[in-house]
Amino acid sequence: MAVVSRGFGGRREPTEKPLPPGQFLTEDFPVLSAGPTPNVDESRWEFSIHTETGEAHRWDWAALQAMDAEDVSTDIHCVTRWSKLGTGWRGVPLDAFFADVETEDDFVMAHSYGGYTTNLPLDDLLDGKAWLAYEFEGEPLAPVHGGPVRLLVPHLYFWKSAKWIRSLVTQADDVPGFWEQNGYHAYGDPWLEQRYS
Amino acid sequence: MTESPDGGALDGNALDGNALAGPLAAVYAFDVTRALARCAHCGDVSVVACAVVFVTAMGTVARCRECGEVLLVVVGTPTGTSVAARGVAWVRA
Amino acid sequence: MTEQWHVAQVVGTTPVTASARAVTLAVPGFAGAVAGQHVDVRLTAPDGYQAARSYSLAAVGADERVELAVDRVPDGEVSPYLVDELRVGDRMEVRGPLGGWFVWRPEDVGPVQLVAGGSGIVPLAAMVRARRDAGPEVAARAPFRLLYSVRTPQDAFFADELEAAVDLTWAYTRRTPPGWPRPARRLDAADLAASTFAPSDDLTVLVCGPTAFVETVAGLLLEAGHDPARVKTERFGGAS
Repeated sequence: MAVVSRGFGGRREPTEKPLPPGQFLTEDFPVLSAGPTPNVDESRWEFSIHTETGEAHRWDWAALQAMDAEDVSTDIHCVTRWSKLGTGWRGVPLDAFFADVETEDDFVMAHSYGGYTTNLPLDDLLDGKAWLAYEFEGEPLAPVHGGPVRLLVPHLYFWKSAKWIRSLVTQADDVPGFWEQNGYHAYGDPWLEQRYS
Repeated sequence: MTESPDGGALDGNALDGNALAGPLAAVYAFDVTRALARCAHCGDVSVVACAVVFVTAMGTVARCRECGEVLLVVVGTPTGTSVAARGVAWVRA
Repeated sequence: MTEQWHVAQVVGTTPVTASARAVTLAVPGFAGAVAGQHVDVRLTAPDGYQAARSYSLAAVGADERVELAVDRVPDGEVSPYLVDELRVGDRMEVRGPLGGWFVWRPEDVGPVQLVAGGSGIVPLAAMVRARRDAGPEVAARAPFRLLYSVRTPQDAFFADELEAAVDLTWAYTRRTPPGWPRPARRLDAADLAASTFAPSDDLTVLVCGPTAFVETVAGLLLEAGHDPARVKTERFGGAS
């Protein structure tokens, strides 16, 4: 049993709204990076989806901006135990990108600029549950928070919302990504407290 | 925070391999930060203490100082600490 | 045993600068620290929330005592607590001593050049103190020089004690004392040429400071002809 440090509270606030088990409220937006922050200029940003047939679907920055975007207000939950309520994002639902994609695969691997990966079931990216987000609280998404574009999958722990998103590659099996290979849960539902595998 | 212009290995958040000593002490009895390690990706051989290290609340990630690829990842869980050293070809004490 | 978390109790706090203070902990079971080593400190809030950070030891020698010197990182989570809130009798957990690479031992022979940026002085101060406490014979076979870069004179840690114990050159980056010959500026190649030991086969160079400072100084040292294998660095950046 750890000893308690008198007067140490971290930087947390009390909350009326129930949080997922084991979570603490924060007003900050802590940065968690497993590597250097890639500086990806919008002019060379590209996003692609690859399927088992070898087919690739590609979008550049102009194509992204031409798509119908949504304003999203959502709570986010980091596996490191902070939760942040009512965050405001703007982005394009993944449904729009998958509209013309044919695949039999049930899973995807998200790949980021800088080499980060995370695995998700395809169904968790569809039906309005996930976005490619490029604004946070009305401002362009900062590089430290994953700009120019990050994946936003707020119903899962936030490591699934890959920063600096570059591509999604469908996969038949739920092959683990970066943190998932190193002991974190393959799915990561915060309400079921699926932190570790 | 400062960032290198090319987003290279020397990011403003990066520490060096000395910062691995605590996380690794949970698994290894000897001080691995003093050992030599070879990067499985580029072949660079250097003291573990010279690696580029990112300390995060999810885990500690050590990258090769030359090529930036991941050498090892240390994750602490309620049931113990795990070290995955997929990017290390060998370690010599 | 280094891998275990020890219960630590605060037995003293001393102001070091306007933004930093020294903290002395009594830690039963803590022993054998070498100058340059660090400890991990873990704090637990009453509701179970935990945060851990690494801090270099500011002094070594007294077993079951841990001496830290902590600089407040604005908006940080742990350092403001340690600098502003912590008081004698408070408890926390400590793991260590840790790290056997960035160290100096009194039995090490040969000259040592120390280069500190800001609160990066802490592990180097532990080395200066260890050498002083080891006596004149050790000091004679291990000549030390210290180049210490700080923003202003008020930002210096342990100024009087360091000046008394080591050949020390100040490099101010924002504001100098009145009449100071060197204008305030960042460390450059001329400073290193004027105020540090020249490259040699038996010289050890130890550099500690913020990441950007260490990058700059290490680069200048290599350009000046120092052997990369004899330049050891310790960066800090995440100890908020």
